[in-house]
Amino acid sequence: MEAKKTALYDVHVRLGARMVPFAGFLMPIQYTSILEEHRKVRTSVGVFDVSHMGEIVIRGESAESFVNYLTTNNVARLQVNQAQYTVMCYDHGGIVDDLICYRFADRYLLVVNAANTEKDFQWILTHRPADVQVENISERITQLAVQGKNAEPTLQKLTRVDLSAIKFYWFQEGELAGVPMVISRTGYTGEPGFELYFDRQYSEKVWDAVFEAGRKYDIAPIGLGARDSLRLEKKYCLYGNDIDQNTNPLEAGLGWIVKFDKGDFIGREALLKAKESGLKRKLMGFVVEGRIIPRKDYPILVDGKQVGQVTSGAYSPILEKNIGLGYVAIEYARIGQQITIEARGRSAPATIVKTPFV
Amino acid sequence: MNLPEELYYTKDHEWARVEGDTATVGITDYAQSELGDIVYVELPEVGTTVKQGESFGTIEAVKAVSDLYAPLSGEVTEVNTNLEDSPELVNQDPYGAGWMIKIKISNPDEVNNLLSKADYEKLL
Repeated sequence: MEAKKTALYDVHVRLGARMVPFAGFLMPIQYTSILEEHRKVRTSVGVFDVSHMGEIVIRGESAESFVNYLTTNNVARLQVNQAQYTVMCYDHGGIVDDLICYRFADRYLLVVNAANTEKDFQWILTHRPADVQVENISERITQLAVQGKNAEPTLQKLTRVDLSAIKFYWFQEGELAGVPMVISRTGYTGEPGFELYFDRQYSEKVWDAVFEAGRKYDIAPIGLGARDSLRLEKKYCLYGNDIDQNTNPLEAGLGWIVKFDKGDFIGREALLKAKESGLKRKLMGFVVEGRIIPRKDYPILVDGKQVGQVTSGAYSPILEKNIGLGYVAIEYARIGQQITIEARGRSAPATIVKTPFV
Repeated sequence: MNLPEELYYTKDHEWARVEGDTATVGITDYAQSELGDIVYVELPEVGTTVKQGESFGTIEAVKAVSDLYAPLSGEVTEVNTNLEDSPELVNQDPYGAGWMIKIKISNPDEVNNLLSKADYEKLL
């Protein structure tokens, strides 16, 4: 299958980005340097083309109860123009995907991981009641994430919508750079910032306007490499690494988005059972004391015995240390626990720490 | 792509500059660019014996970790200790300040196993 391109593909190539296959798309992994791009977002403002993400719209009479049945967080508590982080689970409690659910006056918008868009769409269709319509609009939508403390002053120059009035995990529909869009105060970096959703035909127009508006903040394009290290410093889960069909949200530390008291939802019974019988392992953050960057699937040891494995790792440009996430057997899953990370015949001591890292 | 004419290359993207019985070793411009930001370079100690084609160290980039392979056999006579604190020198100047080790060549004939610039270029 030929890799898909976002509407901004040519722009990335023009900017000298290194393009790599990711989730069926050719995406920029870096423009200049992952470390520089990371620091840019932490200190000023950066722009990510995340148009590979999937967008699925759900409408109809019973859309609310349907989305509430599909997901673990409580959709009924969302007001119009509010969003929530949530997951969809299988019956056995494993995770189908993690996503953001947006409530509009007449519909719900689910923003899902690129690699899972088709799987999620089929999953949703399988459970769809007759009076609900489900549409995958992913190919029509460009999504830009503008992240960092200067994201708001940058974007405010381009819109009459009062951005300061949009609270975290809320959104507004309005014009920005003359283009109708959804302006959402969300992101995957832990910095203040916005995610913008609009028709892909306006991609370059919006991209250019944002860069022009951000010039005095030295705004820069940011690739997927820095996106990964930025999210990791905040312990945001990455599907396929930290969570997947074989992990449940409770052991992933996502118990806060599992609302057992909201009524029935897919996976509820299995998750309740997992909770009552006690978790066997937990996703923990650790700092390596040594010159090994932890990578997915490296073993985690205590006293020479394997007690878990790494799911994500990175060099943290902010801590200037190597950090990672991994599942650790419950008896060792505590802050301060000394562990060993084994890497290709080498090993390094590490300590389980409180998260987020930064 | 910067590939100096006078160097020898390996298929694993190391280079060797041979001067008398000494070879200076590093990784190519192509390798550093593919690896992206380099954060650690783990090198052997002076006095270590390395063998052609065998690993003499590790390079950790933000994206991936790779082995470093010795282009020639011999004893390590010098190690670029600047890389301990400034691994980014490998990104910035792979054939100069980003050199890694110097080897006292034990078998000069091994040079025949290495690639010329033209041969290496064909691999890229």
